[in-house]
Amino acid sequence: MEEDNHKILKDMLAHQQHHITLPEGSIEKQTTTLNVGPTHPATHGVFQNIMELDGERIVSTEQTVGYIHRAFEKLAERRPLYQITPITDRLNYCSSPINNMGWHLTCEKFLGVQTPKRVDYLRVIIMELARISDHLICNSIVGVDTGAYTGFLYVMQYRELIYEIYEEVCGSRLTTNIGRIGGFERNFTNTAFEKLEKFLKEYPKVLKEFENLFARNRIFMERTIGGGAISAERALNYGFTGPNLRAAGVDYDVRVHQPYSSYQDFDFTIPVGKTGDNYDRFLVRNQEMWQSLSIIEQAYKKVQAFKGADAEIFHADVPEYYLPKKEDVYTKMESLIWHFKIVMGEVEMPKGEIYNAVEGGNGELGFYLVSDGGRTPFRLHFRRPCFIYYQAYPELITGGMLSDAIVTMSSLNLIAGELDA
Amino acid sequence: MALTNQYMQEKLQEKFGDLVSNFEESYGLLSFEATAANNLKVLQFLYDEPSLQFQFLTDLCGVNFPDDAGREISVVYHLHNLTENIRLRFKIFVPVAAPDVFTSCNLFSSANWMERETYDFYGVNFVGHPNLKRILNVDEMDYFPLRKEYPLEDQTRIDKDDEMFGRG
Repeated sequence: MEEDNHKILKDMLAHQQHHITLPEGSIEKQTTTLNVGPTHPATHGVFQNIMELDGERIVSTEQTVGYIHRAFEKLAERRPLYQITPITDRLNYCSSPINNMGWHLTCEKFLGVQTPKRVDYLRVIIMELARISDHLICNSIVGVDTGAYTGFLYVMQYRELIYEIYEEVCGSRLTTNIGRIGGFERNFTNTAFEKLEKFLKEYPKVLKEFENLFARNRIFMERTIGGGAISAERALNYGFTGPNLRAAGVDYDVRVHQPYSSYQDFDFTIPVGKTGDNYDRFLVRNQEMWQSLSIIEQAYKKVQAFKGADAEIFHADVPEYYLPKKEDVYTKMESLIWHFKIVMGEVEMPKGEIYNAVEGGNGELGFYLVSDGGRTPFRLHFRRPCFIYYQAYPELITGGMLSDAIVTMSSLNLIAGELDA
Repeated sequence: MALTNQYMQEKLQEKFGDLVSNFEESYGLLSFEATAANNLKVLQFLYDEPSLQFQFLTDLCGVNFPDDAGREISVVYHLHNLTENIRLRFKIFVPVAAPDVFTSCNLFSSANWMERETYDFYGVNFVGHPNLKRILNVDEMDYFPLRKEYPLEDQTRIDKDDEMFGRG
């Protein structure tokens, strides 16, 4: 009987071999090749990993990136400065305002524009709101990947409040194009401040509850502690920045080390982790949200302290780069000239080069601008934090389980738009 | 004593003499140039020297200067000393005909993809790189798109038919 079975199997194999050609060595191979991505339901964004698995353990992985590359650096070489802002929206689209303002701050530093304090504080409010929305997505997605969908759905409502504030300030929600070189396109309305107050009132309770759902949750802890860990030394060598580096125990934060937009006027601490694993990254982001809340409160108080004419200031005086009021364009010669020159992109930049960085949602977002004195940048390079630290992914997941690799990927806060530029 | 740009410049000149040049300070950031053949020695020195300790590679990218014969392609390193909190910009120039640069992958793991990106867009051949292939563009691409010889479409051209764009 057994022999018969054997014979049947043999015949079957012989039969199959006429139709299917398997890659050489694939029968003897002890490991399984698994293609995760480019658009896999478990990865949030376009990431491809070709993994070699031994059972459920990862032996090696090969990453492919660039599926949504959009040639931003090339495009930027034909655009005047203000037209580059919408490009930056599409880098880390979970916190577009930080990218927009990072770019404006770079331009201002390059052109020597001094912004009024009120503009700085308003920017801080928006940037910290963006940081909260960025961390909120990341942390709640880590929850989703460990099997807790509720937290994600719950906090989405509060990201909505943040998006409504953006909408009130600049008219759009996701790709914001918020602000201009020199400040904001219009002053914050009372509705914007009301929405901000509503957020400041309601959000702390939500964040506390979100934290209670996860931080000491047995299942969550067991899924995340020890997974995707990296030492401080390796993290630095891999160019980690932002919460991922801080989770490994290095207290580097651009807001403190090279303060921009008057961050030196605020009181806040840099939360650091110890082990650099998924759990520490979660905790660091969580703590940062509390810090951001406190910064927003401080900034809002400072903004409220401006009275009279000072409370109407929302941009610096840079006629070369800041579009004049529409009614002035129709009635004043000077404004008409500047309007024309700006819209036609006829303003020439000084010569020189600058590197300027801001603390983005997931790390140090840098802009390296080289100008030859023309109307558009000669070269613009974006230092995109997740492009640099995603290299460490194979090292983080090798030897671990496949399901942990998915959690690690979410907890690194990889944003495909930023990764692929 | 806090690390200053002047000290860094003196230290580098003392060690490398004529091999480093074009020191300049823009927006507070010290920038200098070294010969392409010595990029690794300079990086290693900046990394190891106890008083310098530039151990964080912030950024690495290419720039193309088509009019600068013999120095068409530039590779720019941005380094950061995190303890002293001071940055440094370091450039090398290579001819477009033979854009060979030694890889810094052994010093910085982060350089791997940044060098692949620079290869992808400028065709810089990083000698000794473990996996020098395209990263953001398709593998089949046979040119280096960020070089200045490939201009974006000129938006001021007059031969476009406006009718196609709902105008005129």
